[in-house]
Amino acid sequence: MNVAGGLRNSLGIEDPDGFYASLIGLHEGLTAEESDAVNAKLILLMANHIGDRRVLDEILARVASD
Amino acid sequence: MIEHDDLGKAARAGGSARRTYPFAEPPELRSSAVTQHPVVIAGGGPVGLATALELARHGVRSVVLEKRDTVGNGSRAICWAKRTLEICDRLGTAERMRERGVTWSVGRVYAGPSPEPVFSFDLLPDKAQKFPAFVNLQQYYAEEYLIDQLSEQPEAELRWQSEVVHVDSARDGVMVTVRTPAGAYQLYCEYLIAADGQRSTIRGMLALDLEGRGFEDPFLLVDVKMKASFPPESRFWFDPPFNPGQTASLHKQADDVWRLDFQLGRGVDRAQALAPEHVEAKVRGFLGSEADFAYEWVSLHTFQCRRMARFVHGRVIFAGDAAHVVPPFGARGANGGLQDVDNFGWKLALILRGLAPGSLLDSYDAERGYAADESLLSSTRSADFMTPQGAASRAFRDAVLDLSQDFGFARRIVNTGRLSVPCTLDGSPLNTEDQEKFSRRHRPGAVCRDAPVVIDGVEGWFLERLGGQFVGILFTDEGDIGAADYSALEGRPIPVGSLTVKPPGASGKGVVIDRDGLLYRHYDARPGTYYLVRPDQHVAGRWRRFERGKVEAALARATGRQTESRRSPEGG
Repeated sequence: MNVAGGLRNSLGIEDPDGFYASLIGLHEGLTAEESDAVNAKLILLMANHIGDRRVLDEILARVASD
Repeated sequence: MIEHDDLGKAARAGGSARRTYPFAEPPELRSSAVTQHPVVIAGGGPVGLATALELARHGVRSVVLEKRDTVGNGSRAICWAKRTLEICDRLGTAERMRERGVTWSVGRVYAGPSPEPVFSFDLLPDKAQKFPAFVNLQQYYAEEYLIDQLSEQPEAELRWQSEVVHVDSARDGVMVTVRTPAGAYQLYCEYLIAADGQRSTIRGMLALDLEGRGFEDPFLLVDVKMKASFPPESRFWFDPPFNPGQTASLHKQADDVWRLDFQLGRGVDRAQALAPEHVEAKVRGFLGSEADFAYEWVSLHTFQCRRMARFVHGRVIFAGDAAHVVPPFGARGANGGLQDVDNFGWKLALILRGLAPGSLLDSYDAERGYAADESLLSSTRSADFMTPQGAASRAFRDAVLDLSQDFGFARRIVNTGRLSVPCTLDGSPLNTEDQEKFSRRHRPGAVCRDAPVVIDGVEGWFLERLGGQFVGILFTDEGDIGAADYSALEGRPIPVGSLTVKPPGASGKGVVIDRDGLLYRHYDARPGTYYLVRPDQHVAGRWRRFERGKVEAALARATGRQTESRRSPEGG
């Protein structure tokens, strides 16, 4: 069953623990505002890389429903 | 882990009274002559005891010095990993550990108030192995079994109430001063093994230190004895109602003892945290106000991720917690320590018998240092997930937990400790790298994987046939290809045993039959494939066809007798 709709459910990130550590590392020593700015840039870059509007809409809907 | 504290008499009274061992006056106290020993081992914990047993298997005499008169109080290390059981099987204690302990391989992770796990995992998808993923057993049992084995070894001597108070390290040996209830004496040894734990006094005596990182969050560890119907699984909670905003975990041990672990949050006062009423409130919050239980052991710890820069200092070899300290959740402490022993034991034996240069111990430092770094990295990442530092880190952590209910990928990021698996010694100077195409799983440096075998009609396990000495494994489906050449390696100063592995349904006297065809698959073997395996069951080299010259060169490399034209090890 694909509870996540059309979004990829299985792991797509290579070396997930390493990626997560890098992600957390980005925020080390930042203020809340700086962290928000970093996250905003991250989201825009990742969204542009995904590109596909249907996928992006599905992600937006998934997050909005929480 | 660091910073143990007892709850007090209540906890100690509950703790099962262990056997005490008598002090025996050593001959040194009756004579002024300094006795000479090949090896002295400081510390009678799992690492020190296993060292004495491992050396005895290689015919090397040793003296273990333990300052107390009994095994460790409290449960301490409880999760013994498959690799440790495989090592202890060679030492003769694994069956007793399994028999007494609690076997498990399933873990469940919960988040928030939901009684349903966010997800569950099985740590041993491949069941066709002699030992399970984990056996949970109080450390004192593991130690008692090692002591029982040692009592049958004339090469090993265990001296209780004997504390190392001074070491004088020289070029060719170490003078050790020992304090006992009947006075002090000195021993001279060629090698001193410092297996004296995270607060190693020998490390202090040599003015050496651990380097790394500590985490602030204190954890309260409570072992209680109770009748409970919880399944024998590892269970972990993020933000449960009984410990809001924090984590908790539960493990079953032998004799109806359960380990409860509560994250307390930053800024908690130690004395207050250990106050009996606080401990009681935590435990009752978890188990319910009606629960009937008795305390076994109570301790407070913080996560520590630290190691010595080098494990070998002249003739002093550091092993286990004395050399590297990791948080408890990955089960990498005692398990890592036993892999240390497995690594340097055969090397030290070869050196003491004059068959390998002293520099072979540099490879212990390189290989186990690499393994320690792997453990420390993994532990640091787990600690960062479990105790997020900063708001952003916490937000990502909580987002991962939230998404993990619906998304498989998020479950793979949830990190409650990546449990101990044996390190593949990539980049070791002892490896002879592949020159032919093989799958990566059993590349040089990897530890051999178990599988069911049949030998002369008797069912058994592959790993039982390896270990103790170098072994050459020839995969074949016909007669003995080059058998004469191949078995000629058996009679050398450093002997190489020979095993012939044939596919399912084949036959032959003394031949290992790959009952289910798993060995051929795991080892990416074809007829003619040959593996050279070290005494610690790690792969030294492998070839598609046995060639004596290549195998001898690999053996020389794996025993530190040939080191030319190599890059420095990645982990060194």
